[in-house]
Amino acid sequence: MPSANVDTNIKSSGVATPVVRINPAERPKSVLPLPASTGAPSLKPADREVKLSVADLVIGYLDKKSGHTAVAVDKVNFDIREGEFVTIVGLSGCGKSTFLNAIAGLVQHQHGEIRVSGKSVTGPGADRAMVFQKASLLPWRRVGRNITYGLELGGMKPHEAREKASYYVNLIRLNGFENHYPHQLSGGMQQRVNLARALACDPEVLLLDEPFAALDAITRELMQQELLELCEKVGKTVLMVTHQIDEAVLLSDRVIVFSARPAHVLADIRIPIPRPRRAEIKETEEFRGLVHQIWSIIEGNANIGGGI
Amino acid sequence: MNLTVIPKSYAAKREKIVNFLLGASVIVAFLVAWELVGGLALVNPLFTSSPSRVLKAGFLLIQDGTLFKHLAVSGTEFLLGYGAAIVVGFPVGIMLGWFKGISASFGPFIAAMQATPRIALMPLFIIWFGLGITSKIVVVALSAIFPLIVNLQVAMSTIDADLVRVARSYGATRWQIFRSVALPTSVPFLITGLRLAAGRGLLGVIVAEVFGGSQGIGYLIQYAGATFQTDKVFAGVLVVAATGITLDFTLERLGRHYDRWRGESAVH
Repeated sequence: MPSANVDTNIKSSGVATPVVRINPAERPKSVLPLPASTGAPSLKPADREVKLSVADLVIGYLDKKSGHTAVAVDKVNFDIREGEFVTIVGLSGCGKSTFLNAIAGLVQHQHGEIRVSGKSVTGPGADRAMVFQKASLLPWRRVGRNITYGLELGGMKPHEAREKASYYVNLIRLNGFENHYPHQLSGGMQQRVNLARALACDPEVLLLDEPFAALDAITRELMQQELLELCEKVGKTVLMVTHQIDEAVLLSDRVIVFSARPAHVLADIRIPIPRPRRAEIKETEEFRGLVHQIWSIIEGNANIGGGI
Repeated sequence: MNLTVIPKSYAAKREKIVNFLLGASVIVAFLVAWELVGGLALVNPLFTSSPSRVLKAGFLLIQDGTLFKHLAVSGTEFLLGYGAAIVVGFPVGIMLGWFKGISASFGPFIAAMQATPRIALMPLFIIWFGLGITSKIVVVALSAIFPLIVNLQVAMSTIDADLVRVARSYGATRWQIFRSVALPTSVPFLITGLRLAAGRGLLGVIVAEVFGGSQGIGYLIQYAGATFQTDKVFAGVLVVAATGITLDFTLERLGRHYDRWRGESAVH
């Protein structure tokens, strides 16, 4: 592997790939309006409707040990357009999961605004659906009723919900498993049910919180590929959080790099690899360059910020 | 080299049969010894009775209708008291577990009540409710209610926080979380509570009837004992034991039915 080549790619990152990098030094005053507009790939026209808009978002939390309020997320701004797959990467504990929980409406923010299709987010809602790292299926419900759980909570009758969910049951290839109990399924299958439960609600924005982190390495690769195909088929707007950089690059149209806590946006990187993508692209020079580039941003920040 | 492989299911079945035979042989040996102690006049059978005498006394009690008369009274007392305990204990236990404030207020009071031996209050219940079935129903209800309350309270504290978070993320109301997560969680605890409560309730019926009154299996046992009819005493005790075993078995089966989602093996 010609490492010199990768280096060049990183040094000239502003040129080689359309990247906006925010100098950590300027951070307090600034949050650059981040570039849904810069260099949009041909598959995702920039004139598409903004589905999720995050403006000046600040999330604090009460530190139970000290009793003080600490800042978890500090002035984050970005937009996600319809059909875009955007991934947030960062060190573990950097506040990216807190951020996603805020988008889901499970965590209150102190400042700024979250809008989904123009509507301000104040709590959980049917326009978003979250896939957690743990499958968290109701163990006493069979797979079928687990998939329709979100719809039923929205007030739909079980048989209507089943009809509505059937499209995704087929798409995620869960048909035939509807009468199994969760404990009869492997971890990967359980996570697919979790995904189907979220998709069945047909949310405007799908939120994925490290969805494959609890799976073994092989299952994870398979699930990544499956999610890739699924997203290319249904064209959902997705916001994912992960700490696997290669997973982020493989799946995403854009990768947003969060700094160490309190989290702010270090970079918003377009992934110009054309779709449909297959897992084989992980072997390409372009892919490795992008992974390396993202990694060096995270690493640089960790060093500046006084280590991990 | 030939290895005979015994199928796992067959081995398990054989172990089950062997265990059954082992258990049964001890019981049979006990019954035979009991019969011989009286039959060989080692001890006066007036004291020990014997299996054959107990059976005979039992048949006589069935024949003249005495057993069913008393069984009907005891059964009514048990069912009404047990029913009242469920009707009150289930919601109280759930509320204690679900609402932290209620738990803080009533928890110590309930713990104190639970520590009080209910049967010691029997003289008071007789003064308040008389020698009829009402005082017995009260004892049964008070005996059975606490295992239910405590079990359901514990059930609420074992609710999986991840499931609650998922429900919330789908916009579930507190009532929906209660119905779809808390109630199903409580089922195995409810069954355990019901089993414990059945045992306590049955004990309550018999002791209350022994204590005072003129009808019921407890009275039958007490009266037979006071008049040296040991055969009848044993027959009465046998009926109580059989009832207890049947109740527990039924509730256990019910529990297994509602627990069938909790399996051991995973199919990949």
